[in-house]
Amino acid sequence: MATFLFRRLLISIPTLLIIITIAFFMMRIAPGGPFDEERALPPQIEKNMLAAYDLDQPLVVQYWRYLTGVLQGDFGPSFKYRDFTVAELLITGFPPSLKVGGIAILLAIVVGITMGTIAAVRQNSGVDHAVMATAMTGIAVPNFVMAPLLTLIFGVFLGVLPVAGWGGGSVRNLILPVIALALPQIAYIARLTRGSMIETLGADHIRTARAKGLSERLVVTRHALQGAILPVVSYLGPAAAQLISGSLVIEQIFGIPGIGRYFIQGALNRDYTLVMGTVIVYALLILILNLIVDLLYSLLDPRVQHK
Amino acid sequence: MTDMAELRQVEPGGAAAPSARAWRRLKRNKAAMASMVILAVVAVLTIIAPMLSPHPIDEIYWDRIQAPPDFANAHWFGTDGNGRDLFVRTFHGGRISLMVGLLATLVSLVIGVTYGAIAGYVGGRTDDLMMRIVDIIYALPFMFFVIILMVVFGRHIFLIFVAIGAVEWLTMARIVRGQTLSLKNREFVMAARAAGATDVQIIRRHIIPNLMGPVIVYMTLTIPQVILIESLLSFLGLGVQEPLTSWGVLISEGAETMEAAPWMLVFPSIFLALTLFCFNFIGDGLRDALDPRDR
Amino acid sequence: MTNQLMSTRQTVIGLLTAGALGLSSLGSLVAAELRIGNAGEPDTLDPHHASGTWENRIIGDMFMGLTTEAADASVIPGAAESWTVSDDGLVYTFTLRDHTWSDGQPVTSGDFVFAMRRLLEPETAAEYASIMYTLKNAKALNEASMDGMENLGVKAIDDKTLEITLEYPAPYFIEQLTHYTAFPIPEHKVDELGEDWVKPENIVANGAYVVTEWVPNTHVRAEKNEAFYDAANVTIDSIMYYPAEERNAATKQFRAGELDMQYDFASEQIDWLRENMPDETRISPYLGIYYYPINTRKPPFDNVDVRQALAMSIDREAITDKVLKTGEIAAYSFVPPNAGDYGEPAYVDWKDAPYEDRVAKARELLAGAGFGPDKPLELQLRYNTSENHKKVAIAVAAMWKQIGVQAELFNAEVKVHYNDLQQGNFDIARAGWIADYNDPQNFLYLMETDTGPLNYAGFSSSEFDGLMNQADVETDAAKRNDLMRQAEAIAMAEMPYVPIHYYVSKDLVSTKIQGYVENTKNIHRTRFLSLAE
Repeated sequence: MATFLFRRLLISIPTLLIIITIAFFMMRIAPGGPFDEERALPPQIEKNMLAAYDLDQPLVVQYWRYLTGVLQGDFGPSFKYRDFTVAELLITGFPPSLKVGGIAILLAIVVGITMGTIAAVRQNSGVDHAVMATAMTGIAVPNFVMAPLLTLIFGVFLGVLPVAGWGGGSVRNLILPVIALALPQIAYIARLTRGSMIETLGADHIRTARAKGLSERLVVTRHALQGAILPVVSYLGPAAAQLISGSLVIEQIFGIPGIGRYFIQGALNRDYTLVMGTVIVYALLILILNLIVDLLYSLLDPRVQHK
Repeated sequence: MTDMAELRQVEPGGAAAPSARAWRRLKRNKAAMASMVILAVVAVLTIIAPMLSPHPIDEIYWDRIQAPPDFANAHWFGTDGNGRDLFVRTFHGGRISLMVGLLATLVSLVIGVTYGAIAGYVGGRTDDLMMRIVDIIYALPFMFFVIILMVVFGRHIFLIFVAIGAVEWLTMARIVRGQTLSLKNREFVMAARAAGATDVQIIRRHIIPNLMGPVIVYMTLTIPQVILIESLLSFLGLGVQEPLTSWGVLISEGAETMEAAPWMLVFPSIFLALTLFCFNFIGDGLRDALDPRDR
Repeated sequence: MTNQLMSTRQTVIGLLTAGALGLSSLGSLVAAELRIGNAGEPDTLDPHHASGTWENRIIGDMFMGLTTEAADASVIPGAAESWTVSDDGLVYTFTLRDHTWSDGQPVTSGDFVFAMRRLLEPETAAEYASIMYTLKNAKALNEASMDGMENLGVKAIDDKTLEITLEYPAPYFIEQLTHYTAFPIPEHKVDELGEDWVKPENIVANGAYVVTEWVPNTHVRAEKNEAFYDAANVTIDSIMYYPAEERNAATKQFRAGELDMQYDFASEQIDWLRENMPDETRISPYLGIYYYPINTRKPPFDNVDVRQALAMSIDREAITDKVLKTGEIAAYSFVPPNAGDYGEPAYVDWKDAPYEDRVAKARELLAGAGFGPDKPLELQLRYNTSENHKKVAIAVAAMWKQIGVQAELFNAEVKVHYNDLQQGNFDIARAGWIADYNDPQNFLYLMETDTGPLNYAGFSSSEFDGLMNQADVETDAAKRNDLMRQAEAIAMAEMPYVPIHYYVSKDLVSTKIQGYVENTKNIHRTRFLSLAE
């Protein structure tokens, strides 16, 4: 196990380097620069600004400087948010993103597995169809419709929850964005669970357990669930990635000060350093999550061994 | 590492999975069958419905701007903020959305199947290297990819699905590779090889047909995802160019005017939701039907 | 490096805790707090790097230039109590008001000299430095074609007396001084802290408020500056500026009572707002022009007949009244009416012709240029991503269709759009201009040959340039306006820039707020506002 971990971590380093390189050069291929505004800068002022940010250097030099900077923990200044460095923005932006994303994924797992299990146990009954149809609305309604709809209902009409804002991350401010973010994942997880639960419930060891006279409840929760959630575990990697793209929209609509919106705005603003910073954070996150998922998987599934 | 990735894939179908049996099973799945019918209706509508309406896609009716549904003027779905007929635009948009979904999935299919089959069949170092590349791209936030591709290459409709397809092939490649890896050591492949079949023949006759099951399932589940991605891009202002439209574009316009002009949101949303529902049900149904293990 | 990161983390944690504390104490606060949906996250609090109206709203509440805006945005004395002007209109002598920075240090003429030198220093890379090119030698110094900041026409005679020499007599100079590029900077703080002077925990101000907290993308909080010279008349104790960039969401926040004001609401909501919140919906003319530059460098758009045909076949009233619906005013001139003391601008000569006649005339002009049913004029109309730009472009393309023009619509995001515009890579495109100061020169200079990339159309007329140069040195206001009107008439005849509509400002203002006076600059300094219970 230790060697496996070590190997994975070792591989992550070149992976990250390659990602940084791809992202850096892709970003620069995009037409338009950070200082192309509605109001064009006089050429001399634009020159002053490019010089101030080293953007007048050859691309390879910029790349090398950026890379050596990152290795020393310096993510550079933001081109747009002048009063902050990218590191500062990421450090303030990451906790809200993590909070919303983390709670959303937990919610999705708990609710999704529960719904999926219920549907599987009552396979093909009315309950099954009702549960799955509800879950499916999460997939069928885009985030950017669900979110304003929720705010309109709960924020404006009922007035029970804030429409937008962060409020320092208070529970009231978290509810709507978390739900909006979790809904599609609930649907996917419920579906996965249902499928694998049906499969597991038909397996031999479950039949044995039933034959022993265990109550159906025990059979499901003690025996079937462990096997049935394996696909869910392996889905967590992609789920995290989907959650990230979902958060781009959710953070924008709910005004959450997370890194999701830095990512979109950074890309559209050509805030090169900020985009690079978010890409690195996301890439790290995905790498770490995939590692965790693999570890979890091997814990749950005895068939997997790490040589 | 390797063996794990394999295990995570769906177990491969048995030798020459009898498609007739699968079809029989599928027919028993009411949700999937109903979905197929609905989907077919929606698809046909996107083609013929615009012809049923007297209105062209880009005609502006200056005295009927953002007007609610109205039968007197044959604006069955109302008009948009420019006074254009929404019935026509909804189905035109559906054409684009479905096309983007299908073609992007096709792009991902071609890349993914080729890539995965090569990696799985050749195996060894080549496999390691190819899958390492997939891992790397996986860790790159894919929205970044898509946004940059859209920005760099302009916003041509064809580029939208190439961009999405170019990103979505990763999972396909993994699935196909896993399948191939386990297939190539199966008895019937060994037998073919012993009988003197070439690699190309084996891949064509034995590997690919056996890949079809999981690939088709994954495809039906990819299409709705792509349609959603397209709508997300539209929301971010990176959708198709006017006067073309898509469900994503219409819905993001409608979401802005949710209260003032709910019809702008409701009609395209219904068709989008319906389509996504159907594809997902069909995908689930196919998976159940193609899975050889009896339930 | 590591140290820097550490300290960063600490400040950030500090900020966060401060945020949490601020919020938890909110409930118990009885003091008046104004919550503004600011329509943008500030890039900076540094007046020399600011560029957006949303930054101006924060920075202008904090700093006060030599002159400043009254409640109706008219010019009133600010940091200067009084001033004199030499007869040739070139030398201004200001006497500073006896007042201090929020840390108690006196505001001196040295702070102004320091600020203006810093602004024009090439290394500062101030985006808006060009506004202060009215100062003697400012342009040369900023472009590094001249050395030595002591050559700048800004001198401290003593601590309370400031002498400013101009490059040419600019009658709008006193108004320009209200702009944030002319704000004083606390020299003692910059000496002490360098670029960190602008951090919320360090910043000091000479205006009515001072920013105490900034949680990026969450809010900027400003508190009343007790050291402000007129603090006795400031009734709002603190201000929360929320970025509120998602304007539909912000409108809902306003409706739910989470905001007291929202700047620049989304126009999709207008019908609903007009009906349900007529008193809160505040729309008023704004000093700005929405226009379509035509690339005059590129045939057939180098043909004035083609440009006129395109311009006259646009039904502007249909766009403003039916598509936009937020009170925008159809534009038949480049300078909005009543910019400064300009009075009536120079309108296009077909302004009052019936639309059908204009369409017929446009067809004729196009035919004369060699276009017709067999050979339609094909062009690309570009616009940057925005629901309104899209709607206008769709409408215009439909109007052009009736004179046989086939317009392909091309939408790009803002950076690509303006990059293409500056490089002349377009046929016709959407653009807009909001005045920095209330003077027609601020509009017309866009069309001068040496304006460079901002002259998107690549328009060049020696006659136009000559009239503008004459206006620059003319000290008689009436004559100056007349010269500019002649120049504008040339521009309207040549039609490199097709005016579409004059902008309006679109704000939501709670009925609790008093002292909000609609004005063409849409500047509402918080010191003049108050909250009724």
